[in-house]
Amino acid sequence: MTILNPSRRSTRSASSLSRLALGAGLALGAASALADYTWNFPKPVTPIGRDTLSMHNQFMVVITILFVVVFAIMLYSMIRHRKSVGAQPAGFSGPTGMLQWFWVLVPFAILLFIDFVLMGIPAFHAVIEMEDTRTKADMVLKVTGLQWKWKYEYPDSGISFVSTLSTPREQIEGQAAKGENYLLEVDNEVVLPVGRKVRILLTSTDVIHTWWVPQFGVKRDAIPGFLRETWVRIEEPGVYRGQCAELCGKDHGFMPVVVRAVPEPEYAAWVAGKKAEMAAAAAGSDKAWSKDELMAAGKAAYEKNCAACHQPEGQGIPPAFPALAGSKIVTGPLLSPEGRLIPDSHVDRVLNGKAGTAMQAFKATLSDADLAAVITYERNAFGNNKGDMIQPAQVKALR
Amino acid sequence: MNTATHTLDGHGGHAPQPGGLLRWLTTTNHKDIGTMYLSFSLLMFFVGGAMILAVRAELFQPGLQLMKPEFFNQLIGVHALVMIFAALMPAATGFANWMIPLMIGAPDMALPRLNNWGFWLLPPAAMLLTMPFILALFGIGDGAVATGWTLYAPLSVQGGIGVDFAIFAIHILGISSIMGSINIIATILNMRAPGMTLMKMPLFCWGWLVTAVLLIITLPVLAGGVTMLLTDRHFGTHFFDAAGGGDPILFQHLFWFFGHPEVYILLLPVWGLMPHVLSTFSRKPVYGHTGQVWSFVAIGVLGLVVWGHHFMTAGLPVPALLYFMYSTMSISLPLAVLFFCWIATMWRGAMSFETPMLFAVGFIVLFGIAGLTGLVLADVAADAQYHHSYFVVAHFHYALFAGGIMGVMTGVYYWLPKWTGHMYSERLGKLHFWLTVISFNFTFMPQFFLGLAGMPRRIPDYALQFAEFNAISTVGSFVLGLSQLLFAYNIWRCIKGGEKASNGVWEGTRGLAGELSSPPPHHSWETQPVIKD
Repeated sequence: MTILNPSRRSTRSASSLSRLALGAGLALGAASALADYTWNFPKPVTPIGRDTLSMHNQFMVVITILFVVVFAIMLYSMIRHRKSVGAQPAGFSGPTGMLQWFWVLVPFAILLFIDFVLMGIPAFHAVIEMEDTRTKADMVLKVTGLQWKWKYEYPDSGISFVSTLSTPREQIEGQAAKGENYLLEVDNEVVLPVGRKVRILLTSTDVIHTWWVPQFGVKRDAIPGFLRETWVRIEEPGVYRGQCAELCGKDHGFMPVVVRAVPEPEYAAWVAGKKAEMAAAAAGSDKAWSKDELMAAGKAAYEKNCAACHQPEGQGIPPAFPALAGSKIVTGPLLSPEGRLIPDSHVDRVLNGKAGTAMQAFKATLSDADLAAVITYERNAFGNNKGDMIQPAQVKALR
Repeated sequence: MNTATHTLDGHGGHAPQPGGLLRWLTTTNHKDIGTMYLSFSLLMFFVGGAMILAVRAELFQPGLQLMKPEFFNQLIGVHALVMIFAALMPAATGFANWMIPLMIGAPDMALPRLNNWGFWLLPPAAMLLTMPFILALFGIGDGAVATGWTLYAPLSVQGGIGVDFAIFAIHILGISSIMGSINIIATILNMRAPGMTLMKMPLFCWGWLVTAVLLIITLPVLAGGVTMLLTDRHFGTHFFDAAGGGDPILFQHLFWFFGHPEVYILLLPVWGLMPHVLSTFSRKPVYGHTGQVWSFVAIGVLGLVVWGHHFMTAGLPVPALLYFMYSTMSISLPLAVLFFCWIATMWRGAMSFETPMLFAVGFIVLFGIAGLTGLVLADVAADAQYHHSYFVVAHFHYALFAGGIMGVMTGVYYWLPKWTGHMYSERLGKLHFWLTVISFNFTFMPQFFLGLAGMPRRIPDYALQFAEFNAISTVGSFVLGLSQLLFAYNIWRCIKGGEKASNGVWEGTRGLAGELSSPPPHHSWETQPVIKD
């Protein structure tokens, strides 16, 4: 008889083999920061993350013991109570007598204890801690999910910016070697001070997204039209990477979260720098731009914000993502003769989006200068050659 | 599939049975309909499997090699819908059709015409579900539903025509399931042999009775939810749109009020089947019949009130989080009763390990992993880390592949000789078992670690630290997929011929079904047997 609790043996062999393969992978020098923790959660850096890890570890021990004990009994039975070793079948079909009832009820009592005491009590405290976003919160970070990027706002200092994937297309399509932080790198990292309780408010402008950084131990959905909240207190400086965790359409796999935690003084310097940057951008909307300047800025902004759907050459992916090249909307009139917005025109679409589609209201995420540049670019690239242009100041007036 | 071997031994009142395709279109015989359900299920098992192998091939390495993300999203969602609604549920219904009349001593199902209609709604529904793939090839629409099987609004409000096709497919599949359930309840309540009280009824029938009740309670809620989705998409309502006073989370409540009981709908028939197999191959009576019946009922009831644990990261209020956590944990109690009874049925028996017994033991161990990881998933704080990650993907494949599909395979090997009158190849059966169980673990065990390391589910491309486990998982999945060809071949061979099966088929068989010939006569029980004691 070779069949002794077959599945468990194969489970073991599967995991030991994969351990071997992983070991080989590590030996080959894949020295990523997370590699040490591949068998478990990545190293937690917040109080909640630590709690979650220790609870998880404890639960894993408990369920492993349950698994081993229960199936050891079964395995014993499978070895001893076989027809081929001459076992005679018993005839019982339920507990008989006090002793058997005792054996029936003891596992039940143990399980009750595990469920509602051993696991239930720490879980209760963890939930209360996790949901207490307000007590002694030092600052607020507002996170808005958009298809397929994150917008971050710091209400205390008026800073706001959009964070998108910075991994080049060539790496994804296999035309270039993949970098160390492949798919987990962004153009604008969120910067947060170490040791402060940050209350995070989440929402979305289109579909449901989920903001997740594994090392923080928190994951929370960003729901359009509602505010959700969570909190972090990052205990160690460093760069922490995560991803959107709720299927949110085409580029769900390409909207990472990158948080840089820095000491307080460095954070203050970053805030000052970011404020100056924003002031410069605001000044940009008041000056008059030349068409060449707009086209150059527009190309850059287009490739970052629009090309994923409408494609680099404006051909789109119909029917979901219409072409811009030769589009009736793009080549239609710019503004009304009085300089007002024409409903469903090109400018209206870019600023306000189209309800019920992936086309979002870009006035929420782009500066006046970027909006003017993108609109000008789309009207004059891809063979559209409209010849007209819009100034950032005009966009500002339309907001 | 050829079960035409039923002898037509002179039924005066019956018109002659049509031959060929027309026979299958018009049949009202529970065994013919059961055969059609099972054949359809096997076919769709391969369709759904092929889809996910394409997905695993894409995930073999980091980077996008084979498909665009849009297409990837379509494959994962349709894979799930096909496996759940077109493979697993029809397989269980096929079992019910074949075995319930045999087990309770009835000549046929109570509502034979409804039974026929219930089956013939399935092929059009499956076509509706997959048709957008083909339409897209001709430039119509942008492919199948790309929202995952959960159809979460507002992503599904935004989606293309694939969503509409999926909504109508779900409606038709739902009607089919409700009709099947009504039939099963009517049969069980009205057609049991004299003397077979409900508490003496075989556990397989009990598992199905609870399943049928759950289907009738929950499917209308899903149908309502997807209809609201349809009107949001086309008729200007705002059920799931905050801008119009709606709430996207409402959809998740409606969906999972169906979706969680659905897990038990898929598993209860298998849980009902297990004691029969274990008792047969341990040559010992089922342990704790009454306890298992009440566990089925308890799991059914609890299953209806725990749906919130599927979206604990959506920002439910604290009392709701605590309620859903503790209610979910309490499911472990009736489930533990089942495990206890399974092992106690084996205890001090005289076991032998033919293919069905191997699958049953494999089921118990691997489903144990699903149950234990389910217990830790109930913890709200830990769930924040597990949720939406590959940990959950691994968990529910241990529940639905090792639990559901391996359970169905247990039943197929156990009853195939009864249905065809021939023994299948034991050697191929055992080979199929070992290949399945080993490659299954190679496929899904690494996914637990991927999830812990932070890989979200439903992504077409991933960061480099996930590469090794994904490669192992993909290799495992291809072995797993190809091994199933052995299963199909073994079934085919068994239908074609082989060693004659006895009435009981197995040495330790108990119950009424073993008293009929293998294969059973056209009208299963002409005269109802009487159950004594």
